[in-house]
Amino acid sequence: MIRTATAVLRKDLRIEWRTKEAVPAMTLFSVTTFVLFHFGLDRDTLDGPLASGVLWVTLLLAAVIGVTRLFAAEREQGGIDAFLLAPVDRTALFIAKAVALLIYLVLLELVAVPAFAILLLGPGLFEALPELLLVLLLADLGLAAVGALVSALAAETRARELIVPLLLLPLAVPLLIGAASATSPLLSEGGGGEDLARYLALLGGYDLVFGLIAFGVFDFLLED
Amino acid sequence: MYSRGFRPIAIATVLFTALAFGLVFFYAPLDGDQGFIQKIFYVHVPMAIVALCGFVAGGIMAIKHLRSGDRSWDMRSYVAIHLSIILGTGVLITGAIWAKASWGHWWLWDEPVLVSFLIVFLLYCVYYPLRFSIEDPDRQARYSSVFAIAAGAFVPINFVAVRLAEQITHPRVLSQTGGSMPGEMRLTFLVCLVAMTLLFVTLWKLELTSKQASMQLKRLRGRLELRAEERAATQASR
Repeated sequence: MIRTATAVLRKDLRIEWRTKEAVPAMTLFSVTTFVLFHFGLDRDTLDGPLASGVLWVTLLLAAVIGVTRLFAAEREQGGIDAFLLAPVDRTALFIAKAVALLIYLVLLELVAVPAFAILLLGPGLFEALPELLLVLLLADLGLAAVGALVSALAAETRARELIVPLLLLPLAVPLLIGAASATSPLLSEGGGGEDLARYLALLGGYDLVFGLIAFGVFDFLLED
Repeated sequence: MYSRGFRPIAIATVLFTALAFGLVFFYAPLDGDQGFIQKIFYVHVPMAIVALCGFVAGGIMAIKHLRSGDRSWDMRSYVAIHLSIILGTGVLITGAIWAKASWGHWWLWDEPVLVSFLIVFLLYCVYYPLRFSIEDPDRQARYSSVFAIAAGAFVPINFVAVRLAEQITHPRVLSQTGGSMPGEMRLTFLVCLVAMTLLFVTLWKLELTSKQASMQLKRLRGRLELRAEERAATQASR
């Protein structure tokens, strides 16, 4: 199963490397959104809850783009049928897609978080970095699991581009709550969050539950 | 096949609903600080509880569908979610009326139950576009079930998360669902809850039976048309 998953993952990453479809669009979108927020809020610098909210809503919306594109190649060129013909475990496809999405999200954040720090953030980023990295990682894991499931769910529908955001955004609300609440004390002037552990537990629990659910039900989406 | 036990349940629904109305208006005491408007509680809270249970029940039926491959379970799950969404609309409307009357605002973001309910409601609204934009009936049933399971598990997680987001753990203004209700109120509330549950089950069975009947009718019509075509063809060849 691991071998199949790595094969599919390698294929996905190679396609992404050559076509440059998802990741550049996601990063560009996030930077554009920061500019929009600058004008929309009419503020030069942000801190505290506002900064964390802007950062997380932007990351979430940028993730929608990645999720929409995740199964595009399979749908357009019949990759699913070929995958079903091969005598391999179907869950491998889910793992490959979730890991691919995780990599996309990490690449997105490598650009978007520094861009946010330069463009909008008032307090320095470096003091908050260790905790912030942990929050980012936990939120990415949850987003990758839910995103792979949502992408597969929406792939068969007629209005794929409409269904993905409608499904993904409400499902990601607990992630947003956990991540934004954990981040906001980190990005304020005083720094230091006392509730950090509580929100990290929420993010971890979400990752666990939705990882298991997505893992369990994914097979049923591929039966034909 | 869905209509088994429909008559006794329907009769019980009528009786309990009548009893619930009687208790609400003539037996339950008026609330000390909220007055008459507090009576909306007997509609709002049972409706919310039944709707949430309906969502989760839809998820459990979806699990049964995926495990057994029996499409009738998908139909059950669909109708349960459909009715829960209708009840959910009622919950949001009555909730807003109650909030306006007792707190002076149509919507309060610091009321975690209200906010969680809205998020769950928004998620389930996507069930329709998802379900009806898949044409193949078999695949439609499977995809809807996968959605119902994921969303059913989402309901409790979301409630925990929204409650955690409450920075200030302010004292619950309206903890009637807890132990602080006077006995008469609690009895009335329980009767209302039973009545609402029965109403849900009755409507569920009714909808399922009607869906099945119209499906059967469609099948029979199709057969009739086929027969007519065959007859026309033989006459033409003669």
